[in-house]
Amino acid sequence: MSSQSKPTFKNPVIRWVDSRLPVFSYMHAEYGTFPMPKNLNYFWNFGALAMVTLVVMILTGIMLAMQYTAHVDHAFNSVERIMRDVNFGWLLRYVHMNGASMFFIVVFIHIFRGMYYGSFKQPRELLWILGVVILVLMMGTAFMGYVLPWGQMSFWGATVITNLFSAIPVVGDSIVVWLWGGYSVDNPTLNRFFALHYLFPFIILGVVMLHVVALHVTKSNNPDGIDVRGPQDTVPFHPYFTAKDSVGLGVFLIVFAFFVFFAPNYMGHPDNYIQADPLVTPAHIVPEWYFLGFYAILRSFTDDWWFFSWFLSWIMDAKLAGVLAMFGALVVLALLPWLDTSKVRSNRYRPINKWIVISFAINFVILSWVGGKPAEEPYVSIAQWTTLYYFFSLLVLTPLVGWMERPRPLPASISEPVLKAGGGGMAGATAAKMEKS
Amino acid sequence: MRNAFKSAGLVAAAAALVGTLGFAQPAQAAGEAAKPPQMEWSWTGPFGTFDRASAQRGLQVYTQVCASCHGLEQVAYRNLTDIGYTEDQVKEFAAQFEVEDGPNEFGEMFFRPAEPSDKFVSPFPNEQAARSANGGAYPPDLSLIIKNRAHGFGGIGQNFLAMLQIKGFSSGADYMHALLGLGYVDAPEGVDLLPGQWYNEYMPGGAIAMPPPLYPDGVEYEDGTEATVEQQAYDVATFLAWASEPKLEERKQTGVKVLIFLALFTGLLIAVKRQTWADVKKH
Repeated sequence: MSSQSKPTFKNPVIRWVDSRLPVFSYMHAEYGTFPMPKNLNYFWNFGALAMVTLVVMILTGIMLAMQYTAHVDHAFNSVERIMRDVNFGWLLRYVHMNGASMFFIVVFIHIFRGMYYGSFKQPRELLWILGVVILVLMMGTAFMGYVLPWGQMSFWGATVITNLFSAIPVVGDSIVVWLWGGYSVDNPTLNRFFALHYLFPFIILGVVMLHVVALHVTKSNNPDGIDVRGPQDTVPFHPYFTAKDSVGLGVFLIVFAFFVFFAPNYMGHPDNYIQADPLVTPAHIVPEWYFLGFYAILRSFTDDWWFFSWFLSWIMDAKLAGVLAMFGALVVLALLPWLDTSKVRSNRYRPINKWIVISFAINFVILSWVGGKPAEEPYVSIAQWTTLYYFFSLLVLTPLVGWMERPRPLPASISEPVLKAGGGGMAGATAAKMEKS
Repeated sequence: MRNAFKSAGLVAAAAALVGTLGFAQPAQAAGEAAKPPQMEWSWTGPFGTFDRASAQRGLQVYTQVCASCHGLEQVAYRNLTDIGYTEDQVKEFAAQFEVEDGPNEFGEMFFRPAEPSDKFVSPFPNEQAARSANGGAYPPDLSLIIKNRAHGFGGIGQNFLAMLQIKGFSSGADYMHALLGLGYVDAPEGVDLLPGQWYNEYMPGGAIAMPPPLYPDGVEYEDGTEATVEQQAYDVATFLAWASEPKLEERKQTGVKVLIFLALFTGLLIAVKRQTWADVKKH
């Protein structure tokens, strides 16, 4: 921690630059000697993996844009041209296509890690909120990107999702026309989605920078969720975490490459290889898999659902309730630092809340599964109960358990459990040293 | 405490797995069609390549049967060298088709024989012409038919297992083979067909506007293979699978090299990491 002494560079050019613009000192401090808790597990790889994926997406995306044509008559064919005639176009396109799925897998695990080990808690609330902002931006970017190939699911997905805004009272219909740039999803819509799909990743990059800056102020949380007490608890980022992140990256790239080279269309929808046709509606319009959880929340609100008719039907219609719930699901996530009332961060020491977090994750998986099913029984009921549990878990169970639960004793410091691994004698000594924050 | 981490890991892994696996699977179709039998295809699996002889026979079926109604607009004649034709053969093959070009120096459009650089000539100039010639039905372009009919095998679990099996699968080709080669049977009791419709048990809903296209010895294979209906269906599915994904062989061969490299490189990274952390663990 205290080893942030200024490095001396041998190369005179570097020294000249660094004394005028300290980029090298900065890199040294933030990625060289930066203190990392030494007890981090492999869950802490996923932030770096998300960063790598973002860069991969931006680079492949820029190269694809050089061959892509954003016009309703040419978009589909230009993508096929990339797949067939552009040198390594198939590779760029499949990396970009599967990269979106990989990005969401990595980010979902990253979020789960934050929830499980309490990384969102004081002093990292803003870091967490920035993360939720990144998730929302990613969802917008992915949605617009999926429209660009102008297949059937592109077109109909865009139609369904943009139509959600018509649920807004009074101005809804005008907003939808404004979003479309016309009276249906058409060429102006495709053009603006391309423009915004190109823009958003750079906004994401900006928010990621803020996310990283905030992280480097508060520094990393750790699996024990206790504060770093001193240099004995940390190791420098380099070489320890450059080495450890590289292992995760290697494994991640193997999974990524497996999909790109051997199952590139597994996570896509076959209908998107049919050119968009406004006159032919697909039998089932399904969003990409990473939206299905939120899509299930949206669809849960039907007129005949008891929850809706008891509590909400007298203020709003079901469509608006669904839209509000879908966006509300993300807002509630952002409020988690204040919903969780426990002072203990890590669920290693929270015997009850541990199961709340795990059941929340399982519940979200069920939501995602049911979101891809047709709107019929039993799927509708499953979606409605899991939707209720999503909110019940965050808004009711999490605060209540935080108050009522009796956490296990925390270790005195990070290095203690490492030093005395297996020893049970420290519990009494550390019980008093509950996390002070 | 370790248990907590383990169960957390398990959940995250399960979540990632289910996410990965496959919400891609479309919602189940309402009008249930029969499940196409799963066939052995030459191009599935990590080392798959297109059976050149079968693909060439498939081109013959496409040209002599399908092409009278269905286009193949994403594929150029020059691409046929991929499935084993020489450039001269391609030139000769292309030249039998007429393509509209122009305007010439008099400002007029004209027809000329197709060249290898031209895309496959579509049978109809536009969708309206195609519909009017086919009793209102639109024969879809076949360039991507194997990919856009690849609806998998039902549930998420089945699809994931299918993906993991080494020999691989092609549900789009299974469907094409079954639809053309097996599906035209007498309509069961209670199925009403409109004029201009046929019954096909692999078509969602059962009614198809395409009359049975294949007949025994409907084409005479140049290589002497017996042209049964199923053989023709199998061959044209192979040809269309190539047309859907002409870079498949390059992709898989690159993929094998990439995975071998990544496996070795990751092994190296693990060794480096263990070396680096050796002193920390002991403390």
